[in-house]
Amino acid sequence: MKYTEEHEWLEADDEGVVTVGITAHAAEQLGDVVFVELPEVGTSVNKDDEIVVIESVKAASDILAPIDGEIVEVNEAIVSEPGKVNDDPEGDAWFFKIKAEELGQMDDYMDEAAYKSFIG
Amino acid sequence: MSDEDGALKRTPLYDLHVSLGAKMVPFAGYEMPVQYPLGVLKEHQHTRARAGLFDVSHMGQVVLRAKTPEMARAALERLVPVDVLGLAEGRQRYGFFTNDYGGIEDDLMIANRGDHLFVVVNAACKAADIARMRAALEPEVTVKEITTRALLALQGPAAEAVLAEHHPGVREMKFMDVETLPIAGAECWISRSGYTGEDGFEISVPEAAAVDLARALLAHDEVEAIGLGARDSLRLEAGLCLYGHDIDADTTPVSAGLVWAMQKVRRPGGDREGGFPGAAEIFGDLAESTAQRRVGLRPEGRAPMREGVEIFAAESGGEAVGRVTSGGFGPTVGGPVAMGYVSTALAAEGTLLYGEVRGKRLPVKVAKLPFVAQGFKR
Repeated sequence: MKYTEEHEWLEADDEGVVTVGITAHAAEQLGDVVFVELPEVGTSVNKDDEIVVIESVKAASDILAPIDGEIVEVNEAIVSEPGKVNDDPEGDAWFFKIKAEELGQMDDYMDEAAYKSFIG
Repeated sequence: MSDEDGALKRTPLYDLHVSLGAKMVPFAGYEMPVQYPLGVLKEHQHTRARAGLFDVSHMGQVVLRAKTPEMARAALERLVPVDVLGLAEGRQRYGFFTNDYGGIEDDLMIANRGDHLFVVVNAACKAADIARMRAALEPEVTVKEITTRALLALQGPAAEAVLAEHHPGVREMKFMDVETLPIAGAECWISRSGYTGEDGFEISVPEAAAVDLARALLAHDEVEAIGLGARDSLRLEAGLCLYGHDIDADTTPVSAGLVWAMQKVRRPGGDREGGFPGAAEIFGDLAESTAQRRVGLRPEGRAPMREGVEIFAAESGGEAVGRVTSGGFGPTVGGPVAMGYVSTALAAEGTLLYGEVRGKRLPVKVAKLPFVAQGFKR
């Protein structure tokens, strides 16, 4: 598992497909999530593209593509029930899966220990 | 707003909020609880289902006295387009200060407490409101800011049952009644009113007794502490204006849809018509209507339309015909809700319009306010 400074978590499988979600810390900071807009499957994205909109009771925020690649699956369950993002952000409430162009891009990100110290 | 040194003020309940795990934020010069560990959504739902306790001690509490109570009531009419003279003892009424252009300088509650008037004004406006009252009413009326009392609101369908355990007299009160009752050993100034659309009470309590009273109310299973986040979504669903957002110095009572708060006696043809700032402008608006009107807005999709979202008549092209002044997710409605101003020609309920969110025009319909049924005890 890798973590970004934007509070996303990334987990790669053996075929280079990376599952992306937001951390429990981010979900707590956001407050109750009430709206999620996901990219379309098949979209090619570049690192740092704003590809997800997430709105909580407080405010709207964007989630950036952490790596280059193609969106191969999105989690429609969090669109119909945005509250899942608060219930299980690092499990069932993943956001999208991306087929990495270059898995090495993940090396730039923090491991769990580094992320923990990042959020203090 | 804040003190000269920029320090935020605290209410008498500050330590209690912190001990309850509140997230404190700056608001109108005060450190206030925006939410507790329950979270905004559940705090909102709890208030609608049972009862919520709010600290609103940041609001301004002001007592107005004159040689006779009638003199104080007549004098305040110089600043508000409201029938204050006809306000019966033990009753409260909503009103607003107007300016020379007919705009709204602040909204307030006015209570006739027998030998004096008690008014409650918004925290962010209180210094200006007090200065305005002093300039216009003194020396005939003494204007005294009450800084030794906290203000609590207990709101929700269980509010009556809870408060009645502390004093059964509250059961006799109807919506907008005011009373002085001893609760938790302190003289409380109570009104049956609030800012959530639910039945409930606002309780002015001496600051020395405020924490005990708050703890006594929170000791009931039915009661949870509720922060400013849920206060905002509750009042939005209830269609209630937030000063500085839905009403301000540039909106008039007519464009804001608040003509109901101007009793007939102060309108054209009434016995005491006019006599408040901006009367001519407001009467002109009454006769000719206004270019825009405040309306409820119900987005058709799931995306919230927040303050500042521009409203258009068509899915593409054209100039904006309005904008959202308050908007977000309505937990009781179960979807996004908003209010804002649109061209009067497009203000009819059911009119299909488009709100531009992140560059996309999304359908939104003009909707009836409030979004949820009121729980007031009339």
